[in-house]
Formats: sequence, C-alpha cells, structure tokens
Amino acid sequence: MVEVAFFAGAIGAVAGAVGVIALRNPFYSVLALVVHLVALAGLFLLLYAQFVAAAQVVVYAGAVMVLYVFVAAYVGEVEEPIWEPIPGQRFLAPLLAAALFVELSIAILGTGLSSLDSEGPTLPIGFGSPEAIGNLLLERFLVVFEAASMLLLVAAVGAVVLAGRTRVAPAGARDEVPHPVSPDDRSPSAPYAAEPAAPSAPEPAASEQARMTGRPSGSLVGEGEASGGGVP
Amino acid sequence: MDVTWYLVLSALLFAIGAAGVLIRRSPLVILLCLELMLNAGNLALVAFARDRGDQDGQVFALIVMVVAACEVVVGLGLIVAMFRRRLPLNVDEMRDLRG
Repeated sequence: MVEVAFFAGAIGAVAGAVGVIALRNPFYSVLALVVHLVALAGLFLLLYAQFVAAAQVVVYAGAVMVLYVFVAAYVGEVEEPIWEPIPGQRFLAPLLAAALFVELSIAILGTGLSSLDSEGPTLPIGFGSPEAIGNLLLERFLVVFEAASMLLLVAAVGAVVLAGRTRVAPAGARDEVPHPVSPDDRSPSAPYAAEPAAPSAPEPAASEQARMTGRPSGSLVGEGEASGGGVP
Repeated sequence: MDVTWYLVLSALLFAIGAAGVLIRRSPLVILLCLELMLNAGNLALVAFARDRGDQDGQVFALIVMVVAACEVVVGLGLIVAMFRRRLPLNVDEMRDLRG
C-alpha cells in the first residue's frame, strides 16, 4: 500500500517537474508546478511530516502559485527564440543534468549510512504534528523563526521598491521607445526626458501609465508633464 | 519504503530543475525551475528527518519554504519591473547591468 502511494506521488512529482520545463506557455508551467507541489505534499505525508505537507499545500501550492499566476497573466506569453547563443546548448544542458543525477545517485547509494536502507525508526505518536513543530519553532528554533520573519519583511519591502510605480517615473527616458530594444541601440536619451512635454502630444510615459491604470491618457498628461519637469 | 528511494527521487527532481535552468530563457520559468530545485532539497530534508527520527529536518524544510517565498517575491518583482521598462524578458539578452 505504501509502495503504491509512493510511486503514485513520485510519478506525479516527476511528471509535474518535466511539465514545468517542457511546456512552452509559462501559464501551463505554473499549473504543472502546482501538480508537482501537491504530489510532493503526498510524499511528505508518507514521511510523517503532516505539518510540512499542510504548509506545502496551503502556502506553496496556494498562495505562492497564485502570485505566479498573476505575474504570468500580467507579463503574457513570452516567445523564446529558437537561436542558440551557445552552440550545442540544447544537447549539453540535458547531458549535464543527467550527469548531475548520476553523480548524486552514486553519492546516495554509495554512502555508508546503513540506516538509509530501512524504513527508519519507529516514531513516537505526534511526530511531525503541528504541536510538535510549533513547540520546536517557538522554543529551540526561536532565533531562526524570528530571522525568517525578518527576512519576509525585507523581501516584502524590497518587492514594493522594485515593482512600485515610483521607480517608473524617473525612467521616462526609456519609455519613449515603443518596443523592446536590444542593448546595443539604447542611446543615452536623458536630456529628452528633461524637456517638458507639449501638453497636446500624449507623452508615452503618460500613455503607458494610462495603459496600466486603464484610464484615458488625456487625464494623465499633466501628471507626466510634472514628473518630466521635475527631473533636472 | 526505504529512505533511499526518497533520496534518489529528490536527486532526480533536482536534476530536472537544473536542466530547466540551463535550457529555458524566460526568467519566469527559470524561477519555477528554482522552485523545483528547492523542493527537491526539501524532500531530502524531510526524508532525512524520517531516517533520523528527528523533527529538526522538518523545521529546516519549513524555513526553506520561507526563503523560497522570499525569493519568489523578489524575483517576480524584478520580472514586473523588467516588463514595465519594456526590457526583453529573456535572460540571454539581459547581459549588462546598466538600468
């Protein structure tokens, strides 16, 4: 029975992982990762890690994946070019990964830990339960717990700073280019951004803001002008 | 089931994630492949916790999940910032560090 559950979970996890790297559309890749995470949570249950499995499903497959889905829908489908900047990359990369797998397997199978070839010791009742993990987190690993919370805070602030709208306004020099440019033909165009825009012409930065917010660009011309004038 | 099975599965998942990082070019998919590798590490940690009969490995796996969430948040923020600046969402074209 345990074997059947293990192989079902393992096949699901491997299929999800292959789907992540094989599917062209990033949206489907995210969905494949959800399959992978749920299968992995089943494996955690087999290993008597109930709380980790629950956190995996609720936090990972739930919250984090929703974030991924949002960004995948926001960015849209990104076409990946066929050309290879490194010759033979398509063949060398799977070869390298296979070599990594063989190497790790040799390290695992050739280890002297004889206890790995057993199911492990018999566990006390409540092993991996929320109570036991919570006791450990709040007593023995309290410093780690606080450091993790601080890390989450820093990451949240960093994400707001990175993706916030205020970073876009000074970079108006880049926004006048209508399409993605290669790094070579980016000319230093900061003086252009320093000039105040004509009120009649819809400034590209303002039109881009209008695209973000869904409002007509006419109501935002003054805003873009103010930000353009504030640069020098 | 022997714990070795779980460890070999973890190695396989890690290798698949590494292959994805090497093959794909979209930064979003590369982040997904990083998730694959972190989860493979998590599986190994939980398997070792089972093997030792010790719950510290499970706490370690939880902390790895926290770190992965932070990495996702910052990485997705970077992708959104790149998209807003009309930069190409392709790691091969994002070679230079100037803005």
